[in-house]
Amino acid sequence: MTMDDIDRAIINNLQGGFPICDHPYAVVAEQLGIGESDLLQRLQQMLEKKQLSRFGPMYHAERLGGGLSLCAMRVPEADFERVAGQVNGFPEVAHNYARDHEFSMWFVLGTETPERVEEACREIEKMTGYKVYNMPKKQEFFVGLRFEV
Amino acid sequence: MVISERDAPLIAAIQGGLPLVSHPYAEVAKQIGWSEEQVIERIGEMQRSDIIKRFGVIVRHHELGYRANAMVVWDVPEQRLDEVGRLLGDHPCVTLCYQRPRRLPEWPYNLFSMIHGRSQQQVTAQVKQLIDELGLGDISYEILFSGQRFKQRGARYQ
Repeated sequence: MTMDDIDRAIINNLQGGFPICDHPYAVVAEQLGIGESDLLQRLQQMLEKKQLSRFGPMYHAERLGGGLSLCAMRVPEADFERVAGQVNGFPEVAHNYARDHEFSMWFVLGTETPERVEEACREIEKMTGYKVYNMPKKQEFFVGLRFEV
Repeated sequence: MVISERDAPLIAAIQGGLPLVSHPYAEVAKQIGWSEEQVIERIGEMQRSDIIKRFGVIVRHHELGYRANAMVVWDVPEQRLDEVGRLLGDHPCVTLCYQRPRRLPEWPYNLFSMIHGRSQQQVTAQVKQLIDELGLGDISYEILFSGQRFKQRGARYQ
């Protein structure tokens, strides 16, 4: 991981509020005191190094009419790989993390319709033989400060 | 604002990321056959109405050196939920804070918070500090550290 102060400033300042105007990168570059082409190049490099997953919008899935939920499964270690392969085969599965707990597999379902979340859970249960604990968000608490590097 | 069918091409065109060119909205407009002004106006509306939660860099904590990604889950009595949720959300080390349903009897936790740190020890210390600072000593909790990450991509819509 190689990052300098300018990369850090880009990450710390650009987690939201990107300008919506005809030359937004130039506006941001000026605020950061660098050139537009430097900013574009650094963003490109951070994407290539996978320090950023993308540069763009984070949608509110429910407001787009889709479904979104966090799901967990209790999968024993010996069976983990098989189940992970099956779960990840579903196109609606976004992230999937192993966690150090009896509830060992945690994944996000992002579906085109709200009803599809429950359906996908049932299909995953049938395919894997393990219960899916569907835990959709009930309330989001505002997070004041953003992630800083 | 309400999302309609005609927004679908725009939503799809930018969900993987905004083009890294001088006039990105003009580039998007060209791809979907809109004018640059239409794209700018519609993205602005989507932001104002919170359909776009935020617009900017989406970081990968692990690759940035924050290798201990912990989900800290709390079993909060209903009458304290709003208070504790707000306290946790306001704390600088917490990056997400959600209320979710309990799944009794196996899963008693109803408040989920994310904390990223450079090591498990650092995160554990942060959680202890959080509990002291915010007076959460009587709320039971667990820290779930992440092991392997099997899949990560942004959720896709449409």
